[in-house]
Amino acid sequence: MEGDIAEMGKYIGVGLTAIGMGGAAIGVGNIAGNFLSGALRNPSAAAGQTAMLFIGIAFAEALGIFSFLVALLLMFAV
Amino acid sequence: MDQFEVKALFGGDIAWYTPTNVTLWMALTVLAATALMVLGARKRAIIPSRGQSAAEMAYGFIYKMVEDVAGHDAVRFFPHVFTLFMFVLFANLLGLIPFAFTTTSHIAVTAVLALTVFLSVTALGFILNGTKFLGLFWVSSAPLALRPVLALIELISYFARPISHSIRLAGAMMAGHAVAKVFAGFASALGAIFFVPVLAVTALYALELLVAVIQAYVFTILTCVYLRDALHPSH
Repeated sequence: MEGDIAEMGKYIGVGLTAIGMGGAAIGVGNIAGNFLSGALRNPSAAAGQTAMLFIGIAFAEALGIFSFLVALLLMFAV
Repeated sequence: MDQFEVKALFGGDIAWYTPTNVTLWMALTVLAATALMVLGARKRAIIPSRGQSAAEMAYGFIYKMVEDVAGHDAVRFFPHVFTLFMFVLFANLLGLIPFAFTTTSHIAVTAVLALTVFLSVTALGFILNGTKFLGLFWVSSAPLALRPVLALIELISYFARPISHSIRLAGAMMAGHAVAKVFAGFASALGAIFFVPVLAVTALYALELLVAVIQAYVFTILTCVYLRDALHPSH
């Protein structure tokens, strides 16, 4: 019985870490949306900044990946 | 899931030297990337063929990216960056062929790629800049009282780089293929309206093509960012 409760807590924890991925999604959407609004104001400068867009997205996404990593560790390593 | 299982090609137990399906698909990846570049560069016509223009576009695209992001003196590391890009791109794209094995969906594969970048960039930073490379962690524009705290944060984020670098690629590849598998499972479960999930899988497949290219691009551009930090560590 105790083992079952521990198992249940593990899966609840895995589900909770998925919320962290949602935070990363908000961040990525924010960056892309702001890039678009900036690009529409000054389209001639947009082409040179797409690299910065992807770097920003990659860094924002990294934090979501850490929560994904915690979820993976909880599922398979703990 | 079946598609992510590592199997020995000729049966038997798996040791470090056993040829597996990972070995096979990695070899195919290298062959495909080499074929594109070698066959594309063979004719060198003024009006390029399709293969030649694809090879030239990939070359020019990555060359410009290295120059823009990492600076002009990073161009001497362009062969390494370009090799990484072509390998990851072709591994992602070949993995989309039905019944293929996606080598980049395994963290073991991407971790080796990311660790190669991390270790070589760190070594390069110390070789080129000596102890000045540690200035990367000492944010000289911040107030003095804040600098030790910032140094600790910078240090942690520096060592988190290979983790996020590798898991981003493996996670994106694995998740995409798993979602396609789940939707394909709906098709057999739904019976008469099987065509709805089949259409969804087709749309997902198009999205996966986009993700495969973007993830290769992101992997390469992050390599360039790390390279820039090694070449110019001062904040």
